[in-house]
Amino acid sequence: MSSSVTILDRLNVLDRRWIFLAMALAVAAPILLGIGSDESPSPPTKRLFDRLEELPEGSRILMAIDFDPNSAAELSPMALAFTRHCCLRRHKIYFVTTWGTGVPLLDATIKTVVQSEFGRGDRPYQYGIDYVNLGFVAGDAVAISQLTSDIRKARSQDMQGTSLDSLPVMNDVVSLQDMQLLITPSAGFPGAKEWVQYAGTPYKIPLAAGCTGVQSTQLFPYYPDQLVGLVTGIRGANEYESMLASKYPVPYAEMSKRPASLRGGPQRWAHRLMISLIVLGNAIHFANRYRRSSHS
Amino acid sequence: MSKTVPVIIASLVGFLMIFAFFSPQLLWLRQTAEDWFAIITTIAMIYGGLTLCFHHLKKISDSEAGWGFSAVTLLAFGVTVIVGMLKIGVVPETARNLNHPWSGPFLQEGGAFWWIYQYLFSPVVSTMFALLAFYVASAAFRAFRAKNVEAILLLVTALIVLLGQTKDREITTLFLPAMTDGSTSYLPIADLTEFIRKTIVTSGQRAIMIGVALGVVATSLRILLGLDRSYLGGDE
Amino acid sequence: MNRETTIWTLLFIVGGLSLAYHVQSSERGVGQQFVIPVEIAGRVDAATGVIVPLGAGESTEGEGVIKGVRYDKAGRETSQAVYSLSRTIGVWVAAILTLCVFSYLYRDNPFYKLVESIIVGVSAGYWIVQYGWTVLVSKVLVKLSPDLARYAFLPETPVDAKPEYLYLIPVILGCLIFCRLIPKAAWLGRWPLAFIVGTTAGLKLILFLNADFVRQIRSTILPLVVLSTNASGGSDFDWKQSIQNLVIVVSVLSSLTYFYFSVEHKGWVGRISRVGIWVLMISFGASFALTVMGRITLLTMRLQFLFDDWLGLVRM
Repeated sequence: MSSSVTILDRLNVLDRRWIFLAMALAVAAPILLGIGSDESPSPPTKRLFDRLEELPEGSRILMAIDFDPNSAAELSPMALAFTRHCCLRRHKIYFVTTWGTGVPLLDATIKTVVQSEFGRGDRPYQYGIDYVNLGFVAGDAVAISQLTSDIRKARSQDMQGTSLDSLPVMNDVVSLQDMQLLITPSAGFPGAKEWVQYAGTPYKIPLAAGCTGVQSTQLFPYYPDQLVGLVTGIRGANEYESMLASKYPVPYAEMSKRPASLRGGPQRWAHRLMISLIVLGNAIHFANRYRRSSHS
Repeated sequence: MSKTVPVIIASLVGFLMIFAFFSPQLLWLRQTAEDWFAIITTIAMIYGGLTLCFHHLKKISDSEAGWGFSAVTLLAFGVTVIVGMLKIGVVPETARNLNHPWSGPFLQEGGAFWWIYQYLFSPVVSTMFALLAFYVASAAFRAFRAKNVEAILLLVTALIVLLGQTKDREITTLFLPAMTDGSTSYLPIADLTEFIRKTIVTSGQRAIMIGVALGVVATSLRILLGLDRSYLGGDE
Repeated sequence: MNRETTIWTLLFIVGGLSLAYHVQSSERGVGQQFVIPVEIAGRVDAATGVIVPLGAGESTEGEGVIKGVRYDKAGRETSQAVYSLSRTIGVWVAAILTLCVFSYLYRDNPFYKLVESIIVGVSAGYWIVQYGWTVLVSKVLVKLSPDLARYAFLPETPVDAKPEYLYLIPVILGCLIFCRLIPKAAWLGRWPLAFIVGTTAGLKLILFLNADFVRQIRSTILPLVVLSTNASGGSDFDWKQSIQNLVIVVSVLSSLTYFYFSVEHKGWVGRISRVGIWVLMISFGASFALTVMGRITLLTMRLQFLFDDWLGLVRM
């Protein structure tokens, strides 16, 4: 009896730094051991995947990389997977960001996927013909509104300073209304919510979003009527990578091309720890209540 | 006068945005206003940078506690602006522009400004947010208690969704008989998570969304009609 | 020296020695970065004065050739890859700063405060540079002085572009914000603010009403009895979809009742609003779990950086 009392007392005053240490170990150990995890697709993710599969080759896709390093852990793998899928289906891609801090992440997406994986071979992706980097458009949500009426009003030149009129990929493209699909891996403001409000819903432009876990519940009401697809957090990114891996196993079944699947292992162990902590916390709570009631 | 003109400006431009939404003839005016918006917010941002400098300079001149950190902030600010505006380490992207040394993108990979972003800004801000993983674990242990019906609902949903977000949701199949075809595709936690997402979570958020929308519309209308002038601050 | 200081000193010494040993023994090196030089070369055309790219196989060492070298990230194994000192220092700086931020978990300390101060300055500077180049140069300067923009920053600016002095209006309006620094003219600083607030209010009024109000109500008007077509062409009661729709309608209505404060929450209104609270609690429970998911992912990314990019203990 006395030993159990001691344990309860100790748990009541447990220094939170022990919990920090447990969390660090739960995440670090699977990384060091190389434990990953794949995912089975949920309907909102699969719907976007299917839409990209169904669109005819050469469809115009606007990819809005609206995130910064704070949310890159969840959204960068998504941006890579969406871009890969667009390239595999030979769609024309229009990269843009409304986040000033998102520009290097946008550049990294283009370099990692379009230039490194699809920039060579028989039909290389060519800048200005198959894709364009519109870069940063200033004005937050108002910039999205600008893009819906005239892209050239928001930016007359691309990221390299080339006039948009001299790029073949911009022929017959005036505004977002000329796009077949808008995809936005996005976090915070402006993000998927603003793309729904300022572009998708008022102009009936098909729109799909990838979002962080934090933001996801705010976007659920838009799906499926106002969003074609919704990819949620690292799980969603993992689902998308797993679907790409099963449809295009060479080379996308390789773990080196699946950053979200690599993060699946640590995620799993950290969730187990969280569940254990909640259960343990409540066990302590009920034990304390029992002790108080038995004492009185 | 000091408040009348700004109220007129806000009303004019606000109603213009509304009417332009319905009238294509006014589109050019809307586009002009949107263009100006970006320019004005940029200048406002420079003003913000300037006030940040004044704030920290005052702390240094008053030798307030922690003035050394203010000096560090000012130094970091100055170095970033100089390096970025001078495009240090940036080269032109194309041969045609080689005689225009300032024509390369200011965030070009390998440039000094890119270095600051890549090795200072990016790791620090993402690690600051990563700290929350630890605090959320501590909060789950200490504060997430089943004290009443509402707390139980919150807690049980959190547990189900936490389990449902990883492959561990398949563990529940161990306690269930296999399907008639021998498959283990029946995943109650996965189904339950999806059901909660599709119905209750969506509905709760939808109610909040409708309430917020009404609030935003009412506030916007009050601003445009000049009834709400709080954004102009006090009398000066 | 108290016990805590002794333990920390020992930890630092052991950590430092382990790192030094790892630096010496690691095959991959610690934080070593490699780049590949990308040469951009052209020859000045004597007739036009324009630089033309070199032809295939043409030497970059000839007379009249102008060169620029850019360095792109490369793997150690890539042929022609060269060691990059600046990027290697960068990885070390990033790793040390990451550890400084993590040190806050133990307690607030000067290392964390230092990093915090650096990042406040860098963030503010970053935004000014970003908006400076993207708006002040690419939007304003191009419109007000296309010749200067073409000469100095944006050579691709069309040669027939004419100055558009209308852009002086937003510049002047924007600059009025600096009047806030002069007490007697501070009232003028409200004008640009009014423009920003007015534009946002006008846009939001319409767009929130459309996307977040009307469309949400429309999405909630669902059939409570759903019939699906079966294989023989007849109709079956789809109980799954019917229950789902019923739950959505009841949940939205009860939550809205909870937010409706014009009627006292007593009697049946009170009971419905209580159901609304339950719906919101379930919603917040899911939000909590999904937030946890996001934060853990961020932590994973930072640890992956330390173990892979810096220490080279794993290969991602």
